[in-house]
Amino acid sequence: MSASPAMPLATAGIALQADDLHKSYGGTEVLKGVSLSARQHDVISIIGSSGSGKSTLLRCLNLLEVPEAGRLSVHGEALDLSGNRSRRFRRQMELTRRRLGMVFQSFNLWSHMTVLENVILGPCALLRQSRDAAIAQAEVLLDRVGMLNKCHMYPDQLSGGQKQRVAIARALAMDPEVMLFDEPTSALDPELVNEVLQVIRELAAEGRTMIMVTHEMRFARDVSSQIVYLHQGLIAEQGPPEQLFGNPQSEQLQRFIASLY
Amino acid sequence: MQWFDYLGFGQQGWGDELLGGLGITLSLALLTLPLGLAIGLAVAAASVSQKALPRSGAVFFTTTIRGLPELLTLFIIYHGAGLLINKTLKWLDPQAAFFELSPFVAGVVALALVFGGYSGEVLRGAWQALDRGQREAGLAFGMSRWQIFQRVELPQILRLALPGLGNLWINLLKDTALVSVIALNDLMRMANVAVGATKKPFLFFLTVCLIYWMICIFFEWCIARMEKRANRGVQSL
Repeated sequence: MSASPAMPLATAGIALQADDLHKSYGGTEVLKGVSLSARQHDVISIIGSSGSGKSTLLRCLNLLEVPEAGRLSVHGEALDLSGNRSRRFRRQMELTRRRLGMVFQSFNLWSHMTVLENVILGPCALLRQSRDAAIAQAEVLLDRVGMLNKCHMYPDQLSGGQKQRVAIARALAMDPEVMLFDEPTSALDPELVNEVLQVIRELAAEGRTMIMVTHEMRFARDVSSQIVYLHQGLIAEQGPPEQLFGNPQSEQLQRFIASLY
Repeated sequence: MQWFDYLGFGQQGWGDELLGGLGITLSLALLTLPLGLAIGLAVAAASVSQKALPRSGAVFFTTTIRGLPELLTLFIIYHGAGLLINKTLKWLDPQAAFFELSPFVAGVVALALVFGGYSGEVLRGAWQALDRGQREAGLAFGMSRWQIFQRVELPQILRLALPGLGNLWINLLKDTALVSVIALNDLMRMANVAVGATKKPFLFFLTVCLIYWMICIFFEWCIARMEKRANRGVQSL
C-alpha cells in the first residue's frame, strides 16, 4: 500500500499501531495503557518476566482478547475498541484478524486435517482462493519451512518442531501484513528449538513485519529491530536491541537481564 | 407343515410378512437417526451455551426424556400429541374432520426425542473434550463462529462422539420394537401376529431374534469402520 496524500506522514509505512491498550481480568489490570507501533519490516520482540502481560499484549493485537479501552489500527484502518460488541464490530474484527498471522505456543494445528489441508483451509475458506491455487501456494510455503515431504501426514504424527513449522506456513498462507508469534519455541524440546528459530530468522531477513513474545534472548537480540520490555503491565523500556541489552536504563530491566545469565 | 413352510413366502408362509416388518423397522430407525441427531446437536449446543436459559432448557429436556420409560414417551406422543392436534383443529374450525396421527410418524417423533435426549449428552461430552486451542486458531484466522463450528469443531465432535453414538444407534434399532404396541406393523409385531395365528412361538421368536442380531452385527461392523476412518492420523486413543 502506498501512502496516499491524505494520510498524515507519520502513519505512512505503519503496519500496526496500538494505542493505550487496557485489559483487566476480574479486577486485576494486566495491561495498564500500552502503546506499540510496528513499521513495515519491523521485527519487534516483547520480553519481560512471567506475569508482565506480554502474552496478553500480543493476544490483544489480534483481538483474541478484546481490550477494554484503547485504539488499534492495522495498515491505517482503525478499530474502535471502546464501543459496542455489535455484529458489525465482530465482522470488522474477523477482517482485521485475517491480516495478522498468529503462531501459538502450543501450535493449535487442526488435528483432523493433514498438514496440507491445514495450510489451505484459510485461503480456501476465507480468501476464496481456488483449491488448486491454494495447494500450489501451500506447497511453496511448506517447502520453505522444510515440511513439503510431510504434507499428507496428520499433526499427531509430527514432532513439536515440525508442527510449529507447519503452523508458520499455515499463518503465512493468508499472506498477513504482520506475523504475531506467541512464545513459538516455549513448548518445544531444546533440540527442536533451532529449526523453528531458523525459519523465523529467514522471515525476518526477508523483511516480514513481525511481533513476537519470546524467552530466547539471544535470538531476540539477533533478529529484532526493536525490543520492548514489559514490566507489570507497562512498557518500562524500549529501543534497539544493542541499547536495551547493552545499556539497560531501568533497574528492573537490569535485574531481568542479570537473571538470564 | 414344516418349519420352513411357516417361514416361506406366499399364502401359507409368514416370510413375506416378516420381511415387510423388517422394512418398517429399518425405515423407522433410519428416519429417526437424522432427526434424533439434529435434536441431540441442538441440545448439546444449548448445554454448552454461555447463557443460562438455553442451558437450563437443555437440562430440563434431557432429564425429562431420560427419566421417562421409552414406552411412555411413545404413548405421550401418540395419544397426547394426537389429542392436542385434534383439539387445536376443532378450536380453529369446529367442522374439521378427525385427524388420525399416523403411528409411524408418532414412532419417529418419539424415538427421535429419546435419541436426542441421550445423544445430546454424548455430544456435549465430546464438545467439551475439544482442544480449545484449535478453536482459537480458527478465531485468529478470522473465521466466524459458524465457520469454526462447521470446519473445526463438528468433525472432531463426531469423531469423539462416535463410540457413544454407535451404542445409541444399536439401542435405537431395538427400541423400534416398542412401536408394535401402537399397532405399527414392524418386525416385532409381525412376529407376534404370526405366533398368534400359528401357535409356534419358539420358531418365530427365534427367527426375529436372529434377524435383530444380524442387523446389529452389521451396523457394529459399519461403526467400527467409521471409527477407524475418523481416527486416521490420531496416534493414541
